[in-house]
Amino acid sequence: MDVLTENFSLYGKGFLGTVELTVYSSILALLLGFIMASFRVAPVGSLRVLGTVWVMVLRNTPLTLLFFAVLLGLPRFGLVLPFKVFAVLALGCYTSAFICEVLRSGINTVPTGQGEAARSLGMTFGQTLSTVVLPQAFRSVIPPVGSTLIALAKNSAIAGAFSVTELLGTYKTLNELGYSIIWTFVWIAVGYLIITLSISALFNVMEKRWGVAR
Amino acid sequence: MAVDPLIELRDVNKYYGQLHVLRDINLTVGRGEVVVVIGPSGSGKSTLCRTINRLETIESGRIAIDGRPLPEEGKGLAQLRAEVGMVFQSFNLFAHRTVLANVSLAQLKVRKRKKDEADRRSRELLERVGLASQADKLPAQLSGGQQQRVAIARALAMDPKALLFDEPTSALDPEMINEVLEVMQQLARDGMTMVVVTHEMGFARSAANRVVFMADGRIVEDRTPEAFFTAPESDRAKDFLSKILKH
Repeated sequence: MDVLTENFSLYGKGFLGTVELTVYSSILALLLGFIMASFRVAPVGSLRVLGTVWVMVLRNTPLTLLFFAVLLGLPRFGLVLPFKVFAVLALGCYTSAFICEVLRSGINTVPTGQGEAARSLGMTFGQTLSTVVLPQAFRSVIPPVGSTLIALAKNSAIAGAFSVTELLGTYKTLNELGYSIIWTFVWIAVGYLIITLSISALFNVMEKRWGVAR
Repeated sequence: MAVDPLIELRDVNKYYGQLHVLRDINLTVGRGEVVVVIGPSGSGKSTLCRTINRLETIESGRIAIDGRPLPEEGKGLAQLRAEVGMVFQSFNLFAHRTVLANVSLAQLKVRKRKKDEADRRSRELLERVGLASQADKLPAQLSGGQQQRVAIARALAMDPKALLFDEPTSALDPEMINEVLEVMQQLARDGMTMVVVTHEMGFARSAANRVVFMADGRIVEDRTPEAFFTAPESDRAKDFLSKILKH
């Protein structure tokens, strides 16, 4: 217990760091995932290829490797940003590949007749997707999107290895100060639980509200 | 009848892989004409109907609506589709929207009408198909026949030049078929140009100007309903009619 009370501000900073990483990366991942999913079902061939390559590359790269590529690679091309921004980029892009596939499977649950009806009324591809297909796809993807974002929250720990302030990284300082390693990690675990359980709770509410009624 | 062609198909061919589903189809539908397409299942009649607004692409031939050839995928095609309404076998009402919103949606998005103007038009059309009281329900709360009438209202909301019906009553209980056919009869009397794929011979007899009989991807006969039903020329049509008119 002492570990927590005596180092509350350190834990607090780490906790907030993880929350920030999670929130910003989630927004980026949802946005990019949405765009890429639209590309993957688009009638234009080149967009479909772009979406497919995006998913293939990002989903099949270890996240740590991606962090190295972004944090060490991008500065070589003259792009120098704070490490935290790089971390959000790496996490967001990585997770967007998974979000894209989740959204696409959601799109596939919507009967083709829905899209055909919309197109037969003269709606464009974009209108069909945004007003008819995606709102119905959205209902069935709430649970898997939740899981993906929980995974993202936990993956954010990797950023700690690249000197971004986040929850897991606090153990190094505490360890050097001589605190019990077990209790240090117990409180870190509690911190992660607070974040992941909040995400679960949020998605549970969303599912109750908008999920597919059975 | 003076032919003022609205829908024209010339030498249309379509394949699904090896399967040749439409063979050298030539068909002209005049303005205000009601053409009923009948034939055994797998004869290509639904495919024919769906090629007219390019829900199915064709391998060769030409299709023109009101003198203009069907555009490629894109804005032009979307505009053309707004002119040609379609009613599906499985209704395909937007499941997440109310009945009123179903009829209004494309008016807002495609015709760019104001919301109150679109809703007023939608209520008018729902009144016309006898469903004004159901406007605020979701499609799943309606019977099949009611859903199909909403689908007709939705297609009419675009003020189309022609309507395509792809087996509109095939998914309905027998009791509900009539309520849909009555709406279609009324449309026919009002002079709407219609292409109707159906198994309802009664409708074909009473409402059609012409009956097109298809088999194995070809148009075998294209005649008035009276001539077709009383004296079919081809053996294929005789065989088909003897099977379905027996009961």
